[in-house]
Amino acid sequence: MTSRTKRTTALRSTRSRQVAAISIVAIAALGLSACSSSKKASSGASSTPTSNSSSTGAAPSASGSGGGGGSASAACAIPSSPVTLEWWHNANNDPGKSAFQKVADDFHAAHSSVSFKVQPIQNEDIKTKIPIALQGTPPDVFQQWGGGALATQIQSGKIADITDCSKSWIGDLGKSASGWAVDGKQYGIPYDYHVVGFWYRTDLFQQAGISGPPATFNDLLTDIQTLKSKGITPISVGGKDKWPDAFYWENFVLQECPKDTVTKALDAKKMDDPCFVKAGDDLKKLLDAKPFNDGFLGTPAQQGAGSSAGLLANGKAAMELQGDWEMAVMPSLTQDKNFASKMGWFPFPKVDGGQGEPGAALGGGDGFSCSTKAPAACAAFLQYLTSADVESQLVKANAITIPSNAGAVAAISDPTLKKVQTYLQGVTYNQLYFDQALPTNVGNAVNDAVSNFFAGQGTSADIAAAAGKAANQ
Amino acid sequence: MSSGSRTTVRSGEVLPDVVPSSRGTRRLGRAKARPSWRQRFELSLLLGPAIILFVGFVIMPIAVAVYYSIYKWNGFGPLNDVIGLENYRRAFKDSVFVHGIYHNLIIAGLSLFIQLPLSIAIALLINRKMRGRGFLRLVVFAPYVLSAAVTAVTWMLMLQPGGFVDQVFKNVGAGGLRQLWLGDTHIVLYTIFVVATWQYMGFGIVLLLAGLQGIPHELREAAALDGATPWQTTRMVTLPLLGPTIRIWIFLSMIGSLQLFDLPWIMTGGGPAGASTTMATYLIDKGFRSYEFGYGSAVAVILFLFCFIFALVYQRFALRRDTEGAMTRMAG
Repeated sequence: MTSRTKRTTALRSTRSRQVAAISIVAIAALGLSACSSSKKASSGASSTPTSNSSSTGAAPSASGSGGGGGSASAACAIPSSPVTLEWWHNANNDPGKSAFQKVADDFHAAHSSVSFKVQPIQNEDIKTKIPIALQGTPPDVFQQWGGGALATQIQSGKIADITDCSKSWIGDLGKSASGWAVDGKQYGIPYDYHVVGFWYRTDLFQQAGISGPPATFNDLLTDIQTLKSKGITPISVGGKDKWPDAFYWENFVLQECPKDTVTKALDAKKMDDPCFVKAGDDLKKLLDAKPFNDGFLGTPAQQGAGSSAGLLANGKAAMELQGDWEMAVMPSLTQDKNFASKMGWFPFPKVDGGQGEPGAALGGGDGFSCSTKAPAACAAFLQYLTSADVESQLVKANAITIPSNAGAVAAISDPTLKKVQTYLQGVTYNQLYFDQALPTNVGNAVNDAVSNFFAGQGTSADIAAAAGKAANQ
Repeated sequence: MSSGSRTTVRSGEVLPDVVPSSRGTRRLGRAKARPSWRQRFELSLLLGPAIILFVGFVIMPIAVAVYYSIYKWNGFGPLNDVIGLENYRRAFKDSVFVHGIYHNLIIAGLSLFIQLPLSIAIALLINRKMRGRGFLRLVVFAPYVLSAAVTAVTWMLMLQPGGFVDQVFKNVGAGGLRQLWLGDTHIVLYTIFVVATWQYMGFGIVLLLAGLQGIPHELREAAALDGATPWQTTRMVTLPLLGPTIRIWIFLSMIGSLQLFDLPWIMTGGGPAGASTTMATYLIDKGFRSYEFGYGSAVAVILFLFCFIFALVYQRFALRRDTEGAMTRMAG
């Protein structure tokens, strides 16, 4: 399912126990695997092109779903010799699990030379398993969220550059697919997109006498006071998980800073423009209005009825700033079968006087990368996976919410999600979440700084400085 | 080797007339203990697997962690950026980590001064002959059987504002005592300590119960005959004889406190604002979450040194009396 859907549902009893037992051992186990593989990393890169060129003849016709074409087709054709793709994805629960299994089975049925070993892995688990696997032998197809983390992972030399193999069809996935490219080279393919906005309870807004969603930040502040005066908690936020806090600051940045400034700052890992401090000041204004649920610093985003998603689903809070995946998270957190009809959505309100690009949004998506072991078969499979037909099928199975292929958008049935999708189509640019766009350590430092700010520690300037400081460490 | 020879001498051998210079004794010891080929074969057969495991899973990893810790390394690509002790300097300059150390020490202190007396008291209580004793022991031990992850998630859900714990406080008329258990930076660490106590106390109590079983009943009886009050018997007879068990408990508890990870990681992620960070949560946060494997290794080495030095010092000064007999017998 979506990356953030289960970003926190992590228990991983096995891993935490292991790690807890003796942390040294954990670091070291990692060390051992890295030790044995560091040699392979340097020699591995050269071996791939040759292995593909040997099997030129048979394949082009085999790629049923409108495949390859052009000069790249020789290297990108599905090899006729049997290949087994090991596929790691994070949909370890139904409906995603069986939907993905079906995709693999169907592809195998159409291309008998390609078999699959599908391994669904819990989302938090997969995040630690992939870096470790990249130090040894990575799976052939694996979960990829793009951005700075991808740029970091590429240094392993084990992620395939599939620019040529995806050239003929990557256009179907829109410009956001560039989030999975590094220096103009495509290292991954997104299969769905996300956008962050406010989910709100239409019933609670009505109860408080608020006619419609706020358009500007000042409207939002007014609505917060109105809701509070009626004894309604205006906003829930999962402060325990830090990234929900960061969503606020990042959205304020998109309001205060022009697109160029944001892009350049993320590239340079240095946020020294005054607009970044202004974003922090805006956030301070919001925090001073005390709009959040009790104990929000310790509130998880998605676990239990007391989580920020649970509070919204149960009508204990009127708004939450979250991604589109929230609609998939909430059903299991409430007994109200009808909650979906009470939900509305509005984009992050405009900040008056902000220099930000109108129509900028914060978001991301889920995708897959190929290892250098079998890039041709993997790329062909990803082409199939992200085709309009297959993505429609995944949308209908509730495995994904907003498909990356515009041709699959018609499959969305929920009216609110449709509205979110329409909004996403109209945005001028969908900025990848900062913690994903930046190298992982820098992104985490920003999240930490914002969540400290939520806890009343640090200043607006500290948040802006966090990225630069972490990048230089 | 040298300790072996020393003990040979100490364990009452008839000493030769020669002045036992250290060299002399060593030769003497070796001559006496020289194993035959068969013994050597048996030794390597029996010890081999354990030594291989120990070296492979304990020594090697530590060595590798030390090696990584001098690099700036994100876990991918070659190890080529040697920065010496910079990672260590950074750790001790990072107030989050330094506070993490304090948090570990606070937990260790609380364990010693709250958990231990409480465990002893409960162990003494349920060591008495009474109805339902087996059941009580079961109840006390049950939390320990749960995995820490299950405990952490359960408590996290119960401790949410308006959750189970708050309801209980309200229903017994103590609603005013309700706190933001996990959301208040001043309270969260103590909340975690309470949950840790809930989880691990059962183990301590069972350990102490076993120790109590080992104290001959006659001693208490004799004390009673001599006119000691029950309190005196407990203080003068039972507790001193429980000493070895208590010392082992302290050892395990201190190491556990220094390595505390699962509960804070799952319940709070080390937050809010680092208020429940421990050395281990910091290590995982930096190492695995932020892809800073070099730095994470340095933190791991620091954590290791804390535990190692504590273990050595404690062995040397506290556990020595308890293990002395065993050691000498083993060497002889």
